[in-house]
Amino acid sequence: MSAFEAAVGHERDLPDRRYTAERTAGGLLSKRIIVGYGFWIFLLSDIVMFSAFFATYAVLVDATAGGPSGRELFNLRNVAIETACLLLSSFTCGLASIGARKHRGSWFFGAMAATCILGVAFLFIEVREFAGMVAQGAGPTRSAFLSAFFTLVGCHGLHVTAGLLWLMTMMAQVFAKGYRADILRRVLCFGLFWHTLDIIWVAIFTVVYLMGAGQ
Amino acid sequence: MSDSGQQREPYYADAPPGYEHFDEHEPAEAVGSYLVGLGLATLLSIVSFFISGTTLVWGPSIPVALIVLAIAQIGVHLVFFLNITTGPDNVNNVMALAFGVLIVLLLLAGSLWIMENLNHNMMPMDQIMRMQR
Amino acid sequence: MLGKLTWAAVPFDQPIPLFAAALVGVVIMGVLAWITLKGWLPYLWQEWITSVDHKRIGIMYILLAMVMLLRGFSDAIMMRSQQALALHSEGYLPPEHYDQIFSAHGTLMILFVAMPFVIGLMNFVMPLQLGIRDVAFPTLNSVSFWLTATGALLVNISLVVGEFARTGWLPFPPLSEITYSPGVGVDYYLWALQISGVGTLLTGVNFVTTVLKVHAPGMTYMRMPIFCWTTLASNLMIVAAFPMLTATLAMLLLDRYLGFHFFTNDGGGNVMMFMNLIWAWGHPEVYILILPAFGVFSEVVSTFSGKPLFGYRSMVMATMAICILSFTVWLHHFFTMGAGADVNAIFGITSAIIAVPTGVKIFNWLFTMYGGRIVYSTPMLWSIGFMVTFVIGGVTGVLLAVPPADFVLHESLFQVAHFHNVIIGGVLFGAFAGYTFWFPKAFGFRLHEGLGKAAFWCWIVGFYVAFMPLYVLGLMGMTRRMQHYDVPAWRPWLLIAAGGAAIILVGIILQIVQLAVSIRRREELRDVTGDPWNGRSLEWATSSPPPAFNFAVLPRVEGRDAYWTIKQRARQQGGLSKEPRYTDIEMPRNSPTGFICAFFATFMGFALIWHIWWMVAVAALGAYATFVVFAWRDRVEYVIPADEVARIDRANRSARGEALVHMQATP
Repeated sequence: MSAFEAAVGHERDLPDRRYTAERTAGGLLSKRIIVGYGFWIFLLSDIVMFSAFFATYAVLVDATAGGPSGRELFNLRNVAIETACLLLSSFTCGLASIGARKHRGSWFFGAMAATCILGVAFLFIEVREFAGMVAQGAGPTRSAFLSAFFTLVGCHGLHVTAGLLWLMTMMAQVFAKGYRADILRRVLCFGLFWHTLDIIWVAIFTVVYLMGAGQ
Repeated sequence: MSDSGQQREPYYADAPPGYEHFDEHEPAEAVGSYLVGLGLATLLSIVSFFISGTTLVWGPSIPVALIVLAIAQIGVHLVFFLNITTGPDNVNNVMALAFGVLIVLLLLAGSLWIMENLNHNMMPMDQIMRMQR
Repeated sequence: MLGKLTWAAVPFDQPIPLFAAALVGVVIMGVLAWITLKGWLPYLWQEWITSVDHKRIGIMYILLAMVMLLRGFSDAIMMRSQQALALHSEGYLPPEHYDQIFSAHGTLMILFVAMPFVIGLMNFVMPLQLGIRDVAFPTLNSVSFWLTATGALLVNISLVVGEFARTGWLPFPPLSEITYSPGVGVDYYLWALQISGVGTLLTGVNFVTTVLKVHAPGMTYMRMPIFCWTTLASNLMIVAAFPMLTATLAMLLLDRYLGFHFFTNDGGGNVMMFMNLIWAWGHPEVYILILPAFGVFSEVVSTFSGKPLFGYRSMVMATMAICILSFTVWLHHFFTMGAGADVNAIFGITSAIIAVPTGVKIFNWLFTMYGGRIVYSTPMLWSIGFMVTFVIGGVTGVLLAVPPADFVLHESLFQVAHFHNVIIGGVLFGAFAGYTFWFPKAFGFRLHEGLGKAAFWCWIVGFYVAFMPLYVLGLMGMTRRMQHYDVPAWRPWLLIAAGGAAIILVGIILQIVQLAVSIRRREELRDVTGDPWNGRSLEWATSSPPPAFNFAVLPRVEGRDAYWTIKQRARQQGGLSKEPRYTDIEMPRNSPTGFICAFFATFMGFALIWHIWWMVAVAALGAYATFVVFAWRDRVEYVIPADEVARIDRANRSARGEALVHMQATP
């Protein structure tokens, strides 16, 4: 059997006890695989969108229009704390997905709550940083560099916010309906999303903050 | 034709990203994978922050070092958190990732190259505007 | 309370848009009244608007495309007539109007005619060809369609309330910045595209997942019909390119709404970055359009030559090569913007290279036809017309890919003629071929053949008459988008071009008549067996139209041209294969999620355009709530019992059995 034929699998339109809730409209792989892969493709499209913002940032990084540059504005201590928060939250998110698969409520809810708190901490620091910059006249309307900075980092922050909303919705769904197969699929997708946000943050703190502050 | 005799998914038939092989691993092993990832990522982050501010490393090489470290850390995330491996069940996941990476590289490198050329050759906008008055 | 919206937004003082709006309004009201009085609303709601069936959604996409074709074409007629008249004169369209018309023409044709048409065809055909029941994410499919419809709706509302963009179909800054376009026109454009862009991106995710992960047993990747390969490539490009569009338009929106400085003249903004990013999307976009058309031609040419497609492997390679290469050429849209010789040379070379896989495809189609028994049906005529026309257009494209030549011809009518040549000759001819080819599968009866051929001839003659003069004009130095001109030598050519547009108009009228006549005569044109063209791929194994579940039992695939193999075996055996064992089938339930999401999206878009902030918040909340409600569903599928499946399938099997007997009796 070739790898491709292994990938396609065998016909399965008889009731299959293990996948009663997982049969797709004619598909043969489990819904978990299909949903996971579809979400992975969506995440790749999201990464391409971020790369467009990255490209714009890289092109406009010196267009400060006489205003402040990254070196004057960035506080690397805050960035280090943000990085720690997000990295740890990725870890706790991983624990939460293990807890979900093993149907262990204490693991799942505890780890998700920890992820949420760490995410909120990240956002708090970031919003404070943005507010500070605006207050000193270095808001996004000051120059092209700042527009690009606020948009790139802000877009990531918006994704984190959306992720937190999603996180809370997932906790509510598991609480209300238990570890149903479709809810577990969504938890899988949430995990992928959250880990990807951390990956993008790695790129942001490297390219924007570390390189920007170092010049 | 019926696979009611099969107790689990065709082993390694195809895996979604992030799929932890729970039928084969204990949760402790899965936690272990996340812990290793956390540890490596923390280490790489610390090195990045350190390098960016230090005078111990030759200045012009710092951006290159930072990029290498970032790529390494992204790799750590992909392998330990997202469970993207090079096994036969991950072919589609890896191909999709490779396609995405290619597009990102083309966009970033292409944009930087093109814009640098344009900025070099064309008059800056504020000078053009001044000519209009 | 209503932001910037006042009664002044309605063009009471401008007769042409007012009249057009009134006409459209009357037509819409009339259609709605007719539907309501006939009592069809519940049927339409249950069976079409809330449908998650890929076949229904595909048909709705194509319907949207055809309606928008009429609007886009009327813009074209206005442009051609204006240019035919406007020598040393102002014509009848003032510049503010003319600019909106050519902007709307391009936007509608590319994004709301060509895209929905090819997406509709892929939607309808691809799951049938793969031997499966539906796409990977049926409800997402519905959401995608309705969001696209929202975008089209917003563009059309701009005719009645406010104005449209005057920047051309791509809103280049600084003209599109708030300083130089303070009106709502550019905002209409931006929000329409952002909203429908989300829909298209979701389609990309959906179809890539379906083609790669959902197959009938035995359907390996190298046994898929070429149309499915082009679906895969096109949707991979959608997934990779549309995020660039979203990001770029978002940056322009931030400039316009919040005073950012991405592309402004001051504050360090860089206008060229917009060009760079928008064309990084724009070039893959045109390949997104053409690849499904290539797929259609592969199916049509092999079916009507009675031969398997020549060079399957090289077709697959060529398709995937185009997928990757289309991301390496985008600078050729702005050679003249000062990038320097080495940059221009590299991108000129890559633009020439990308012509090679297309050439491979053309030769494969020709070799498929060679030695085959060709049937000159309407779809085959469209295909042959495509091959000639597209090659001419492609050649002029390679000419434009040479930077020194492009310096002379950029933004001239030569360029306009080139892209119309490839889009009409390629995408539109492919869409019409696909429409005619798969119409019987969708509706159960064929289109009238004579009227189809007449429409084809009007289209192809009209196309050449309308656009060949534009090549000449471009070489004579006429630039594009001219509202008036003062070079008498240009006028005769413009008159000929206007004549060509009139011939195309006849072609369109013939297509409308063809549809009406075919509906009236549907019993004569009935497709009884489900296989009117002696087809080769699995969609022809179903009845026409197929049942909701497509296949009673998923077919076992053993090679390429899967259905042809099944037919050959049936002919050898002298009968159909044994009746399969029927089982219950679970299908996804219909859902109003798509329609309701789009409803809120329309209000959100409109409110954002007119700065009605409270409405934005309410609509955003509504869209989010819809999403959560959908996620809270407990029952997602319904069951079709085995007896029902058996009954439906047996009816088709007996029709096919009779046809087989009849065929064996008459060798």
